[in-house]
Amino acid sequence: MEAFTGKVWVLGDDIDTDIIIPTEYLALKTIDDMKQYGFSPLRPELAGQIEKGDIIVAGKNFGCGSSREQAPEIIKALGISCVIAKSFARIFFRNSINNGLLLIEQPDLHDDIKEGDTITVKMNEHVDYNGKTYPIAALPENLMDIIQAGGLVKAMRKRNGLD
Amino acid sequence: MGMTIAEKIIAAAAGVPEVKPGDIHTVTLDRLMSNDGTTHLTVDMYRNKLNHPHIADPKKLVFIVDHNVPSDSPKTAASQKKMRDFARENNIDFWEGKGVCHQVMIENYVRPGELIFGADSHTCSYGALGAFGTGVGCTDFLYGMVTGTSWVLVPESVKFNLVGKLPEGVYARDLILTIIGEVGANGCNYQVMEFTGEGAKTLSISDRMALCNMAVEAGAKTGIFEADEKAIEYLKEHGREPKEIFHSDPDAKYVREYTFDLSKVRPVVAKPDFVDRVVPAEETCGTPINEAFLGSCNNGRIEDLRVGAEIIRGKKVAEGVRFLVVPASQTIYRQALKEGIIDTFMEAGAIVMNPNCSVCWGSCQGVIGENEVLISTGTRNFKGRAGHPSSKVYLGSAATVTASAIAGKIATADQI
Amino acid sequence: MGNTVIEKIIRHNTGKDVKPGDIVTVNVDRVMIHDIFIPFVGDKFEEMGFTKLWDPDKVVLIYDHLVPASRVDDTRHFHKGDEFAKKYGMKNVHRSDGICHQLMTEAGYVKPGDVVFGTDSHTTTYGCVGAFSSGIGYTEMASILGTGTMWIKVPETIKVVIEGELPKNVMSKDIILRLIGDLGADGATYRALEFSGSTVENMTVASRMTIANMAIEAGAKCALFTPDEKTAEYCGIELNDYQKSLKGDEDAKYLCTITYRAEDFVPVMACPSQVDKIRDTSVLEGTPIDQVFIGSCTNGRLEDLQAAAEVLKGKKVADYVKLIVTPASRKIYLQASKMGILDTLAEAGAMITHPGCGLCCGRAGGILSDGERVVATNNRNFLGRMGTSKVEIYLASPKTAAACAVAGKIVTPEV
Repeated sequence: MEAFTGKVWVLGDDIDTDIIIPTEYLALKTIDDMKQYGFSPLRPELAGQIEKGDIIVAGKNFGCGSSREQAPEIIKALGISCVIAKSFARIFFRNSINNGLLLIEQPDLHDDIKEGDTITVKMNEHVDYNGKTYPIAALPENLMDIIQAGGLVKAMRKRNGLD
Repeated sequence: MGMTIAEKIIAAAAGVPEVKPGDIHTVTLDRLMSNDGTTHLTVDMYRNKLNHPHIADPKKLVFIVDHNVPSDSPKTAASQKKMRDFARENNIDFWEGKGVCHQVMIENYVRPGELIFGADSHTCSYGALGAFGTGVGCTDFLYGMVTGTSWVLVPESVKFNLVGKLPEGVYARDLILTIIGEVGANGCNYQVMEFTGEGAKTLSISDRMALCNMAVEAGAKTGIFEADEKAIEYLKEHGREPKEIFHSDPDAKYVREYTFDLSKVRPVVAKPDFVDRVVPAEETCGTPINEAFLGSCNNGRIEDLRVGAEIIRGKKVAEGVRFLVVPASQTIYRQALKEGIIDTFMEAGAIVMNPNCSVCWGSCQGVIGENEVLISTGTRNFKGRAGHPSSKVYLGSAATVTASAIAGKIATADQI
Repeated sequence: MGNTVIEKIIRHNTGKDVKPGDIVTVNVDRVMIHDIFIPFVGDKFEEMGFTKLWDPDKVVLIYDHLVPASRVDDTRHFHKGDEFAKKYGMKNVHRSDGICHQLMTEAGYVKPGDVVFGTDSHTTTYGCVGAFSSGIGYTEMASILGTGTMWIKVPETIKVVIEGELPKNVMSKDIILRLIGDLGADGATYRALEFSGSTVENMTVASRMTIANMAIEAGAKCALFTPDEKTAEYCGIELNDYQKSLKGDEDAKYLCTITYRAEDFVPVMACPSQVDKIRDTSVLEGTPIDQVFIGSCTNGRLEDLQAAAEVLKGKKVADYVKLIVTPASRKIYLQASKMGILDTLAEAGAMITHPGCGLCCGRAGGILSDGERVVATNNRNFLGRMGTSKVEIYLASPKTAAACAVAGKIVTPEV
């Protein structure tokens, strides 16, 4: 089973989509144009600090608010490998899966974690941090199908006989 | 020797019996107007650059939020807050969202014979009521605010002798564009455009505002009409009296004189990117447009809205075209509501915005994008004025703009 | 065993008996795309390899977030949308007629019992007429445009029962705010909210809309009201047997039932910067404000403007306070104009802006700066939503908002 390690950025509860990407920047032409403004209302410097392979660990209801798919897209574009939260808002959850951004629900890690520390994620099994193991659930089959296809666009291309 | 109206106003403000062009005089200002385009800069200078900050007479100051209202960004909101807080602390008359500054000034403050500085180039509008209004930068404004005075170089006057009467379907807007097309965008640099003659008397106050407002587009320091019965009547309706009514002396000296026969004026359009690229409207007909704008301190009055409503009643804005209608003041908006004009525009598919400057200066709302084309009743068609640098602005009358909105391309009212 | 409303809709749609947790594919009756997302939807649609829409008549494109355009790049979205509509034969395009959620029911695109998706989180609104509607992202929308279907997990249902008569100074906004406060911003995540009781039955469709609109703020997948005579009149239809059946069965299984007595409601506000931070307005009284916004898909309807006008009639907005009123649609604007409501509001000092999302989506229409405080009738008070992160947003009903505008500070409306 796949495993990966990353440095952690810690965010709180109810990180909404206006925090992830404010409406003001939604009409910029590309996700790359937008990503520098990621999380700017809360932590203007954060987007510039995130490095490829980093992991976000957050509290409950991550991604609540709007249906803007730019939210998971910019998180992915910033190089975040996965978001681990106590819970996710549902539209954000679907949008992330459809874009191949990995989301993991884990109720306890957020209470223990310190920003800047490193964790290891063993897919569909557990997260290792500071000598402790935090169990995580496996994704339902239909979602794994989309992820395995590489996102919904690729799944549809396959359906339409393009790939 | 005789003096012009403008010279008499300056002489009175300077407290001297006579002035002549080229003289420099210290004058007492009757009124100072500043809007949200620059007031925050003035306030910054007032607070940071002066050793003894002081306002000569707060009652003479008027602050008006009109350019970005309601605010469209945290930055403009912060500028407006600075302005609002300053007005509040210093008991300065403060207007927000009540209309374009020049319209608010004419409706509520301007009196014949006054000398008024405004931190906006179109302050020259006030000549419609026989006042000398002129645009200044914020440093000049600050000086006036602190001392109550300023200095002026007495300008030469150019006489525009208007004869005849505008034909039906031709408007003051066509007239002023025709005049600017003839004299050129710098044709009256630093001079006063005095509109006079029998033809001038036929023009309404709204028409006169359209003329004086664009005097600056010919480079003029101001445009002015003698305050006649129509002006007195307008003042009366708005609860004011003239300060003093001046007439130009028969032997007053003009640097040039032009005569325009109003009956010969035809609908015209100023082509991008200069106000003086004026051609007969027919020459531009058929040019596809993305947006049409009926509004601004030049042409957003009830008379202009009536013209547009008459043309569009029962018709629709062309598919894909955005037709923005912006009354120049809240008073005009309410009058238009009462007359059913707002309903007419809304039923036709127009976008009716709250009174503000918006499209005319390419900010706040109604901004145009890359390679888009706008036909506008605004004051200017400079490159990129209404949005993207690649966009184009044509200027026309309320009638031409409305007709174009219906046609989806530049059209004159008789083609609708 | 009996069914909840959402179970009945999904059963009707799929022809299968379903229970919460089942993953099913539904046939979509209508979709809505708005201006911010159309360029992305179009790109994804073509990237997926689709060459035609599954049914162009079922697709509605609405320009509202960027109307009127406030940035030079905004109009690109209109061009992209127009091109897409032309290329794929779409006729249902609204370019400046109001907010998407208002238009979807007002213009008759959504009927009771329909399954509808939109590229906007407040798509839950159409539950006001008994439709299952929910927000999705643009990738998923692109796949629906090609296939006409979407997978969903059948949600559990939380039943909300409200009985009795509301106090005069309380509006349906106060109900939904209170409910969000009680549930928490994630309290209904993945779940359906089903409303019933005499208070709900006596409510206008417009008031139900306010409630359904904000269901997403408790995380809900959808909110449902049983279609009745008022619904039929609003939609201009006669209810068929299926639509009449959309009532939770006595023996349906609910995750839980929450019951309120209408008489217990008071005017409330959601305080900065969480939608579930609900306080009684009475404890916030006296807090000075800089601006009031009445509008949005939550509270920009005729009855909202009328309620505000009643409070403001013959009064003036407090000095140095701005009141911005944005009717939710062109139709509402015209109705309010003809009824003299706009004139009353303008006379009191309100700025009336063109119907659209306006300030609610934070792109124009009254953005604020550091240290400013706004009372607003829309659905979100997130950090930075209407300007900088130092702007305080209080969400309230139109009655409360109007009373605050007159007072220049937070007050409780009298009637």
